[in-house]
Amino acid sequence: MSFFTKFQEIFIEKGYYNLMLEGFKNTLIITLGALVIGLVIGTIVAVIKYFGEDSKPMKPLVWLCDLYTTVVRGIPVVVLLLIFFFVVFAKSSNGIAIATLTFGINSGAYMAELVRSGLNAVNIGQMEAGRSLGMSKMQTMRKIILPQAIRYILPAIFNELIALLKETSVAGYVTVVDLTRAGNLVRNNTYNAVVPLTLVAVVYLVLVILLTRLLKVLERRLSVNDRRRKS
Amino acid sequence: MIDVVNLEKHFGGENVLNGINVTINKGDVVCVIGPSGSGKSTFLRCLNMLEKPTGGSIIFEGDNLMDKHIDLNAHRQKMGMVFQQFNLFPHMTIMENLTTAPMMLKKMSKDDAQKKALELLERVGLADRASDRPSQLSGGQQQRVAICRALCMEPDVMLFDEPTSALDPEMVGEVLDVMKELAKAGMTMVVVTHEMGFAREVSNRVIFLDDGVIAEEGTPDEIFNHPQSERLQSFLAKVL
Ligand SMILES: Nc1ncnc2c1ncn2[C@@H]1O[C@H](COP(=O)(O)OP(=O)(O)O)[C@@H](O)[C@H]1O
Ligand SMILES: [Mg+2]
Repeated sequence: MSFFTKFQEIFIEKGYYNLMLEGFKNTLIITLGALVIGLVIGTIVAVIKYFGEDSKPMKPLVWLCDLYTTVVRGIPVVVLLLIFFFVVFAKSSNGIAIATLTFGINSGAYMAELVRSGLNAVNIGQMEAGRSLGMSKMQTMRKIILPQAIRYILPAIFNELIALLKETSVAGYVTVVDLTRAGNLVRNNTYNAVVPLTLVAVVYLVLVILLTRLLKVLERRLSVNDRRRKS
Repeated sequence: MIDVVNLEKHFGGENVLNGINVTINKGDVVCVIGPSGSGKSTFLRCLNMLEKPTGGSIIFEGDNLMDKHIDLNAHRQKMGMVFQQFNLFPHMTIMENLTTAPMMLKKMSKDDAQKKALELLERVGLADRASDRPSQLSGGQQQRVAICRALCMEPDVMLFDEPTSALDPEMVGEVLDVMKELAKAGMTMVVVTHEMGFAREVSNRVIFLDDGVIAEEGTPDEIFNHPQSERLQSFLAKVL
């Protein structure tokens, strides 16, 4: 039997497309949710470190942030996921929410470094210009520094997003039916490995290619040194 | 308007300012000259507390800016600053560069802020560039925009730190012209500059900083035509 007739038999006739769609949806939810959580945590941590460098009262906060990044970066994300599911949130059975949170917290540690490098890439004259107009540190951060920093690190954020997407394939460890687990379940139930696993691989690949394309478009729109010629 | 009393600034072990006393009155145009490294920028940046003085006081409109409980941001709104490197916001249009602070800090409506911004851009001949980005402008144009950005907050005093030093020679004039207009309109200005012609023509007082102290102070005529100290004489001999 050819690949395509097998494909048709498994997904259409036996109705496994439902399971695959479910897995696909969950993978997207976890990835995007984790991205948002990671960006928020990463930005907060980066801003604290940025201002904390020359502020004594903020030292404990900075220390806490350092602890967070060190711990999270030192633990494999699967282990983190197992701990969150079976220890921290042992009472809950909402695997998707727990996985989203775990990947978000994990990603936040890497985002923090990214955002920080972005903040440091912005000329200090920008902060001084904002302050000289009477804006507070936070106002200047929000309106002047962060928007520029994000533009600098946009490619790196997309790389993190791509890594995140692929990382979520371990969500099956805590009973979540993500794209990978869905494919694996189909393999198990149909005694056919080639078709479902190929499909899973192709879907990840297409998503990554799409994200890369999207990045190119965004980069063109958002370049800090806007040198578009006037038309 | 600004009383600088015994201003001191140390960086680590280095004494950059050693007891500066100056009074800047409303309508004054004070030029600060002196050799590179003498503390001119530091002095100017202490006036709006971008640099925290290590001693003395800065009394601005009756309030001591060194006071711990002072609302610095509110006072900074009344002190415009123009930087050597322009420091325009590259991710914003020229219009947004001008309107962001007034809208955020003075709760000006967008319409009012844009109207005000256009008036200012008109005055410096750049109204047609309002929707451009800073990187699309020449250095001289960027610096004129930077002056407008500061003026959009309607400050009581303008601080200039070598506003023409980063410009190609042919663009110096257009920026100095804007500053002259501003002085003529009665703006209080403190200008760190190497443009001796400008200092001579526009200022009513010149301060010669050397090694972190005011080595000599007077009218442009006194400073440029009758320098007293040997240090000022040798400085002028080098730059004139
Ligand atoms: N942030 C700083 N940290 C350490 N030293 C500084 C700093 N800013 C200025 N200085 C020192 O202060 C002195 C005066 O600098 P500055 O005020 O920039 O002089 P000017 O503007 O007259 O050229 C210089 O010797 C410079 O090295
Ligand atoms: Mg200087």
